[in-house]
Amino acid sequence: MASTPLIEMRDISIAFGGIKAVDHASIDLNPGEVVGLLGHNGAGKSTLIKILSGAYRRDAGSIFIEGKEVAINNPRDAKALGIETIYQTLALADNVDAAANLYLGRELRTPFGTLDDVAMEAETRKVMHRLNPNFRRFKEPVIKLSGGQRQSVAIARAIHFNARILIMDEPTAALGPQETAQVGELIKQLKAEGIGIFLISHDLHDVFDLADRLVVMKNGKVVGTARTSDVNHDEVLGMIIAGKCPPSAVPGPGALQSAA
Amino acid sequence: MSKHKGSSADPALTDDGPIRRFLNATEIDTRMIGMIAALLLIWCAFDIASGILRGNFGGLLGGSFLTPRNLWNLLNQTASIAIMTTGMVLIIVMRHIDLSVGSMLSLVAVAGAVLQVYELAPDLGVGHWAIWIIAIVAILALGTLIGAFNGFLTAYAQIPSFIVTLGGLIAYSGVAFLLAKGETVAPMDKTFKVLGGTIPASWIGPFWTWTLSLIACAVIVLAIINGRRQRIRFRFPLRPVWAEVTLAALGSITVLGAAWIVNSYPWPPKLAENYAKENNIVIPPGIEDRAGDAICMAADKVVRCVEGLSFGTGYAAPVLVAFAIGIIMTFLATRTRFGRYVYAAGGNPEAAVLAGINTKMLTVKVFALMGFLVGVSAIISSARLDAATNALGGLNELYVIAAAVIGGTSLAGGLGTIYGAILGALMMQSIQSGMGLLNLPAAFQNIVVGSVLVIAVWLDQIYRRNVK
Ligand SMILES: Nc1ncnc2c1ncn2[C@@H]1O[C@H](COP(=O)(O)OP(=O)(O)O)[C@@H](O)[C@H]1O
Ligand SMILES: [Mg+2]
Repeated sequence: MASTPLIEMRDISIAFGGIKAVDHASIDLNPGEVVGLLGHNGAGKSTLIKILSGAYRRDAGSIFIEGKEVAINNPRDAKALGIETIYQTLALADNVDAAANLYLGRELRTPFGTLDDVAMEAETRKVMHRLNPNFRRFKEPVIKLSGGQRQSVAIARAIHFNARILIMDEPTAALGPQETAQVGELIKQLKAEGIGIFLISHDLHDVFDLADRLVVMKNGKVVGTARTSDVNHDEVLGMIIAGKCPPSAVPGPGALQSAA
Repeated sequence: MSKHKGSSADPALTDDGPIRRFLNATEIDTRMIGMIAALLLIWCAFDIASGILRGNFGGLLGGSFLTPRNLWNLLNQTASIAIMTTGMVLIIVMRHIDLSVGSMLSLVAVAGAVLQVYELAPDLGVGHWAIWIIAIVAILALGTLIGAFNGFLTAYAQIPSFIVTLGGLIAYSGVAFLLAKGETVAPMDKTFKVLGGTIPASWIGPFWTWTLSLIACAVIVLAIINGRRQRIRFRFPLRPVWAEVTLAALGSITVLGAAWIVNSYPWPPKLAENYAKENNIVIPPGIEDRAGDAICMAADKVVRCVEGLSFGTGYAAPVLVAFAIGIIMTFLATRTRFGRYVYAAGGNPEAAVLAGINTKMLTVKVFALMGFLVGVSAIISSARLDAATNALGGLNELYVIAAAVIGGTSLAGGLGTIYGAILGALMMQSIQSGMGLLNLPAAFQNIVVGSVLVIAVWLDQIYRRNVK
């Protein structure tokens, strides 16, 4: 293992009303590493990574980047630290076009301070070409695009700004098999560039295929962490469903006490 | 008839009808064409109807609607609502509403009038050159401040804007009443009055009207050329040359046509006569034995009254201000970050926040901008009336919202254009003026205006469903 992880989230907690959505969760990520985040619906995966991306403010816990504690109080802070996110809901502004979404919050501007739409569209054409060569609908509001096309726009936005840390919350949910494979290739490529990736997915095959390690959550707590090479599908399913932590995994606060 | 059968890569090459091909090539918003067509239809209908009911007063179709005089008045009467509606579009796009604009207009207008009449005029002397400047700055600042206050309560105290501004609707007119002590505050400073459009000093005359219009034509042509250059630079698909030329021609014809119409409206004869006397212009024979003002009411007879002595009015100040506001607001909405964020936040507020946009501050800014525009309209309205009362802006909020909605702004947020809203304001005012010309009772006018609003939104929804 590397000495200091690229990112470390330590003892993170957040509650909505009475619900402890994330409860003393700790995860870390190294450069060039893909960490899969698994768990049932409602386990707290999206909430945990939204704390990292600045969408939610944690109630407790701390975040370290390369060993230094950082303050992430809003999405701008996270982006300034090189953390880019593909949200499960995609978080696209439906009524503006692909380029406007890609650059939302960091628009290119002309020397007069006005929006440089042409330049933004030109750049968008380049990025989208890499992800989805058949994409042509640059002038249309993204609400008119198909689910796969919308997902491509969200992915393009996350990879376009030289992220150091990429969070992908179910990035292939709306994609067909061919596009899913393409995203898999993209993840490998980004990983090779030294980018650390949190990958949330329902598809165990995807996670085993792409991730170096996996973290399982249940009821807001971390059940356990394991290298993908050390565990098999059944063991991981046991972690997800029953919270049983196999011997080859490092148990977290959410692991069943009786299992050892 | 034939819809996209074989899907061809180039839309211009499909076997669509000529109208669809024209629309595709020029990229004109079909909704806008619909609105302009509806507007022209309404104008023609009123001209014909007024011709039948009241006789020919020189209208294009034998009535009194399509006359330079009426169209000139129409533009002036539309200005105040049109200005405010450009701000309301952004408010509604952001999924908010401002019900307080009418009361706010009364309040800031009364405040401006009290300042002029009871404070500045006694202190500086009536007609002092600084009065109008101080009054304008004060009115705009107060409007902006009240708007920002509405926005603050909405964004930071998280009270729904409907409630905040409903409270404002009731409260601000109360403040206006107290400020005015229930009286009419008058008269306005004589320079301030120039912004009302009722006195010769606020008409720019044919020379400047033509000059401005020619500049506008040049800007249209340059914008089209520049757009084409940009597309070439980035190798984007180009519009066919004929489509570019058609667009430039249509734009220029509209601009020059409007200039011709407002220049064809001569000064009222009394003013022309006074002006001639003051400036030692020889009054042509026939004017002294004019019977009276009555026969000079209709446009063609006015010219006859002062034969040889007719001055074209050209654009009046309120219309020029409205044009300027329309251009600035379109620029803000489409070419700046601010506008981009307003539309993005309206389309998906959560996405805007996740993109790092401070939507709370944005809300305050949008409401503050609305307040500023209310200030502009308050200046025009009080200058026009030469007075301010606590009822000056009465019902304006409804006309402003109706104009925005008729102009295609969706109450669901995220959708709406400045030009659409201005067209909406023009349509509302056309219907009201037209019914006024026909001497229809006010109660009946209200029924029609209300129905038009509902029908317009219904048609709009049908249109949107079919376009999608
Ligand atoms: N904004 C919110 N307000 C209230 N409850 C929330 C909010 N976001 C998430 N939750 C709750 O937190 C829990 C974890 O949700 P989530 O992180 O979306 O799970 P996952 O992504 O693992 O499916 C759920 O019980 C969910 O209902
Ligand atoms: Mg989730």
